[in-house]
Amino acid sequence: MSLHLRFNLNRGPLQLKLDLAVNAGETLALVGPNGSGKTTCLHAAAGLISIDHGTILLNGAVLDDGTGNAFVPAEQRDIGIVFQEHRLFPHMSAQDNVAFGLRAHGIGRKAARLTAAAWLSRMGLGDFAAEKPHSLSGGQAQRVALARALAKAPRLLLLDEPLAAVDASARQDLRRDLATHLRAFAGPRIIVTHDAVDAFVLADRIAVLEGGRIVQTGTTEAISSNPRTRYVADLIGLNFFRGVVRDSALELKNGARLIVVSQHQGNAVATMHPRSVALFHEQPIGSPRNAWPAPIEALEPALDSVRVRIGGQAPLVAEVTAATVASMGLRPGLTIWVAIKATEVHVRPE
Amino acid sequence: MMFGKVRTALVLAVLLAASACHRRTTGPHSIRVFAAASLGAPISAIAKVFEAQHPDLRVELNFAGSATLLMQLREGAVADLLATADEQSMATVATWDLTSGSPRIFAQNQLAIVVRKGNPKGITALKDLARSDLAIGLCGPEVPAGRYAREALETAKVTVHPRTLETSVQALVGKVSLGELDAGIAYRTDANRDSVAAVAIPNAHNVTVHYLIATLSHGLQRSGADAFCAMVLSKEGQDLLHAHGFLAP
Amino acid sequence: MKRRSSSSLRVLVALLTAIAVALFALPILAIVTSAPWSRLIEQLSSVPVQQALGLSLISSFGAVLLAVLLGLPLALWLSQSTSLLRTIVRIIVTLPIVLPPVTAGIALLLAYGRSSLVGAQFERWFGFSLPFSTAATVVAAAYMGMPFFVLSVEAGLRALDPRYLDAAASLGAGPWRRLWSVTLPMIQPSLRTGILLCFARALGEYCATQMFAGNLPGSTRTLPLACAVAMEVDPELAIGLSLILASLSIAVLFVLRHSWTPRR
Repeated sequence: MSLHLRFNLNRGPLQLKLDLAVNAGETLALVGPNGSGKTTCLHAAAGLISIDHGTILLNGAVLDDGTGNAFVPAEQRDIGIVFQEHRLFPHMSAQDNVAFGLRAHGIGRKAARLTAAAWLSRMGLGDFAAEKPHSLSGGQAQRVALARALAKAPRLLLLDEPLAAVDASARQDLRRDLATHLRAFAGPRIIVTHDAVDAFVLADRIAVLEGGRIVQTGTTEAISSNPRTRYVADLIGLNFFRGVVRDSALELKNGARLIVVSQHQGNAVATMHPRSVALFHEQPIGSPRNAWPAPIEALEPALDSVRVRIGGQAPLVAEVTAATVASMGLRPGLTIWVAIKATEVHVRPE
Repeated sequence: MMFGKVRTALVLAVLLAASACHRRTTGPHSIRVFAAASLGAPISAIAKVFEAQHPDLRVELNFAGSATLLMQLREGAVADLLATADEQSMATVATWDLTSGSPRIFAQNQLAIVVRKGNPKGITALKDLARSDLAIGLCGPEVPAGRYAREALETAKVTVHPRTLETSVQALVGKVSLGELDAGIAYRTDANRDSVAAVAIPNAHNVTVHYLIATLSHGLQRSGADAFCAMVLSKEGQDLLHAHGFLAP
Repeated sequence: MKRRSSSSLRVLVALLTAIAVALFALPILAIVTSAPWSRLIEQLSSVPVQQALGLSLISSFGAVLLAVLLGLPLALWLSQSTSLLRTIVRIIVTLPIVLPPVTAGIALLLAYGRSSLVGAQFERWFGFSLPFSTAATVVAAAYMGMPFFVLSVEAGLRALDPRYLDAAASLGAGPWRRLWSVTLPMIQPSLRTGILLCFARALGEYCATQMFAGNLPGSTRTLPLACAVAMEVDPELAIGLSLILASLSIAVLFVLRHSWTPRR
């Protein structure tokens, strides 16, 4: 039991070319910036669009081979999809929404409604069976959508940003429920997201899609310990630089230099945690080998700290406490001294 | 022209709407003539000659079915002359004290069976109109031509099952000329064009229609109206009427 | 200064608004006040009026039936893209809305009359020619009314988020189930608007019917035709018939009242 996607697909500016396999019982998170082709990839797997070349195989059976002859339309693929905005049918009750897929598979009205009611109870929504979607909260609606996708026992489960349209307050609960139901689902499952937390909590494996190409795949641990692109580093909250190591300094493309401790010479990527970036009003005197003045571009409150986005030749993020922001008077536009110890810069050959 | 009459009806409808909506705007030197639709061609021709002879006068023409003309007059339309296709309409106007002087008969007309050019269905007499293989149209009883047609059919003891009761002679003849109707009863003057032909109805069964003209008491161009009236009754006017198929009174 | 100019503007707007309202309200008021109320029941229960009313209902419901049967597939096809072909077809289908009805009648007569190719074939198949038949009143009414249905439904279909259909497909619904269980229920307001507008337009159809279907009591003389004929012989009856026609139209617009103002 597995899903295999290996195809080319050109849609407007997007040129998607990928080779991905997802095993039964495995959740793959497809992450990437906007326009990288995540949703298009999901739609190709779902049969909502057809591919140009290549093959899509589910349990060895061809769903699409780019010729049009083998294309299996969505309604015959036996898949479950949860969309970003729940897309529950507005003219049907929650129960009828969940029963819809069962009815489409030829199950009688009564039986379908019974099964639907059971699914709603399992989602903790037994009391909302008769409600129309517009009277449900975002989190409730998304649970109904999940029940609707799962009720007809699909062979493949696809989730497209299932948490993006849900309030922050409801997101955590929904994420936990999602994790439970994903684990209970036996087939391959793919979740598209741009949120690192979703990817790390829900997925067993992550594939990073940028510009239509997979730039990195791996377990969550492998990805977070070794981000290969700025996007991945940003995703997991690390500062990221790419350049050439020469004489214990990493030379960036724009000429800026970063003193590093590395045996390696040549092309390399470097990461550093935002917490190891120190900020000073004056040029610091002491151990940090890297120090330069740069303007503050933005302040972004994080969970229990503030992320200070800094511009200049080597843009990076520093993480400081809210008390520091207040005592130092940090604000966008202010020029400040940035200092990083060479030992805090992690260099990996590329 | 295939839809000559239909198009005329269209133009008339527009004119009618326009003339009913504005009061005289063309100044004191124009005579307004209200005339039955069937008089369109000869009265227009007479008006042209009249204008040539009276360079200081213009003739405004308004053609419509008799019932419409009456309604316009009742609702306050102002005209100098009225020419109707029947005595009854003129009598009605007289009861409103709108006519000045007694109306004069200036032309006569007779009914005819109007068929397509070449008479493809071989219609020769009123009794043919009872044939079940023919699509026959008449005018409705609210139109004088419709009433006369009924009189003629009754006199000839012919029962017709019309497919439609048109609200104007023009519409009826138009549908015959398009071939949608095989025949209809209209005035002999209506068959005066390329796409249709007239089959005469013998005098014994026919109805003679009198056309009356009268000056109107609320008219603004009394002398001009009298002059136009005189021209209609003159040899010149009568010749033009005859050329369009009308009979002398 | 500013206050004064704004208040004089308000007076002007109020005045013009009042004139505008009067322009539309007075004719309806005139019909209502001139209606021969004491004779109304007797008038309306007369055989010719009943016949005309029956024919009007047949032609209007027939037009709605044709509109749904033929207009729905057409609207589905039109809504799928904006190609040149579809634009041309949309213009052709919309034409009767702006075409002078008399032109529409002439066109119908030329296209489906018995001297036309289509009309001749029709006569061969059904044994009667289309013009001057009750069927012709349906065709004329449908020709004039269906564009409203097609435009309304097409607008509804275009406004329908296609992602709902993706969702339905992912749940295993084939094209028919998607159409029946998702598309149609979701465009129901446009369907209702389209049907009512089509019905109302068909009910009021006069000129094209007279031109194409003729004017025979009991066969093709619908209410508007009866009304026009009555105006020549019995104006009181004409006003009574106008009252029915106006009431039916007002009823349709009342049912549709929410379609013009956004509901919150």
